Amino acid sequence: MIIERHEIEKLATLSRISIDEKTITDVTERLSSVLDLVDQLQTANTDSVQGISRPFQVSQRLRADDITESNHRDEFQAIAPATDNGLFIVPKMID
Amino acid sequence: MHNYTIAELVKGLQSKKFSSVELTQHFLSRISQFNDQYNAVITVTADQALQAAHLADQRLAAGSAPPLCGVPLLHKDIFCTKGVRTSCGSKMLDNFIPPYNATVVENFEQAGVVMLGKTNMDEFAMGSSNETSFYGPVKNPWATDCVPGGSSGGSAAAVAGRLAPGATATDTGGSIRQPAALCGISGLKPTYGRVSRWGMIAFASSLDQAGPMARTAEDCALLLNCMASFDDKDSTCVDCEIPDYSASLNKSVKGLRIGVPKEYFSEGLHSGTEAAVRTALADLEAQGAELVEISLPNSNLSVPAYYVIAPAEASANLSRFDGVKYGYRCENPKDLQDMYCRTRSEGFGEEVQRRILIGTYCLSAGYYDAYYGKAQQVRQLIEQDFVEAFAKVDLILGPTCPSPAFKFGSKGDDPVAMYLEDIYTIATNLAGLPGMSVPCGMVEGKPVGLQIIGNYFDEARMLNVAHQFQQVTDWHTQMPKGIS
Repeated sequence: MIIERHEIEKLATLSRISIDEKTITDVTERLSSVLDLVDQLQTANTDSVQGISRPFQVSQRLRADDITESNHRDEFQAIAPATDNGLFIVPKMID
Repeated sequence: MHNYTIAELVKGLQSKKFSSVELTQHFLSRISQFNDQYNAVITVTADQALQAAHLADQRLAAGSAPPLCGVPLLHKDIFCTKGVRTSCGSKMLDNFIPPYNATVVENFEQAGVVMLGKTNMDEFAMGSSNETSFYGPVKNPWATDCVPGGSSGGSAAAVAGRLAPGATATDTGGSIRQPAALCGISGLKPTYGRVSRWGMIAFASSLDQAGPMARTAEDCALLLNCMASFDDKDSTCVDCEIPDYSASLNKSVKGLRIGVPKEYFSEGLHSGTEAAVRTALADLEAQGAELVEISLPNSNLSVPAYYVIAPAEASANLSRFDGVKYGYRCENPKDLQDMYCRTRSEGFGEEVQRRILIGTYCLSAGYYDAYYGKAQQVRQLIEQDFVEAFAKVDLILGPTCPSPAFKFGSKGDDPVAMYLEDIYTIATNLAGLPGMSVPCGMVEGKPVGLQIIGNYFDEARMLNVAHQFQQVTDWHTQMPKGIS
């Protein structure tokens, strides 16, 4: 399956990944070859087959809505790229 | 001391033949001397290890120590370790020092096991050759111009190179079994839900599972006894009885029905690998097991289904790496979008970016049903194949990989060629079944792995068969050149 350049650009935007001009052809070719592989799925007859999102129908447990964690803000902020007065700092969004 | 198995080390520690401090010093010295040859260990925690070894010796002296107390071990760098860098093989997490332990790490720490350090791996566990690590490739101790397999290649090479008697690893599509096979050691991926995933950096949450690597099946049983636990913090951890995996190792395999899937012996399988696996099957038949030909008719669709499901889950899981709360952030971002995009492009390597893009494509509007929905249906077909097979047989055996270890760079330009390395291992992840690899021969001076697939939560039977196989063969005792 051939994936078009404009589709790659859209995917990059959705994925928040920058792809530079020099590599976009390589990325397109390699992605197309992977999509050729996954296109083999279309040969399977899956009429009336219910899809599964996890193995052996294992169901995820729910827990009681109780507070189980103590406050680790300082520990987590200590490993953040930028913080100020208990806040995570990101580039300015609104002028 | 580095040639002892974990079972022998346990006996030696308990009989005071050597202390945990002596053992730890020995392995730290081997890492310092030989790791440059393999690049298997990326963080060494020498001070912490010696401190833990001292404490282990005190517990051993008090006579109330758990079975693995004092044994040194390496952890794959995918498990969060409190106060110790956990990089997942990525520039993105090169500076990440978790403030907590993964449950697997915690279980070993409580048992008095000594962490020697962290092992190299394919970036975010995405790879079958260990060539995608930010810290450079791991070299196979059997042939240093060849890959060790991946993604747990650092753990496998460290055990094969006698830098540690055992290591933790993870398996999303074969990442325990394939490197175990290529490095000539034993490795087990348990049933999905048997071992807690809490604190294990997520790649594909419905497929990831942690397991042990060691030289023998007996050692894997000892390690799994410690790793397996019910954990409230992992909502997919299954709360069912955990047996003593060492208890049934010596049972006879007489009368056991072993399924041999015809699809695993078709085109693409190296003739030397096939011969070694067939000889192993004959060895088990000679011990009284019955070989039954079976069919897994949808196994050819496992790789295509996996390369939709795993990237789809990865694209969601890896969206958390945005440069805001932890990990890498690009220099001088001009705005928020620029920060997200450059952080992720600079922080992730090529293979990780490729899988995020594939996952995003398969989940995007207009393609979801054709790709993700279809892959989920095929996953059901693959699981059903195994359910039908296990109605007829107790275990399924075949090759772990299509061929022995390949040279660095030989599949670099073609992602699909690399993905097909896991053609025999991926189906068990999709079905959530346990799988294991044990050494069963040599081809061109490189090891071959025999894969053992069990029914859900039947790890004890797999370990029993693997152990019985290792009682009549010596492939697991062979050593790479240069190790004495």
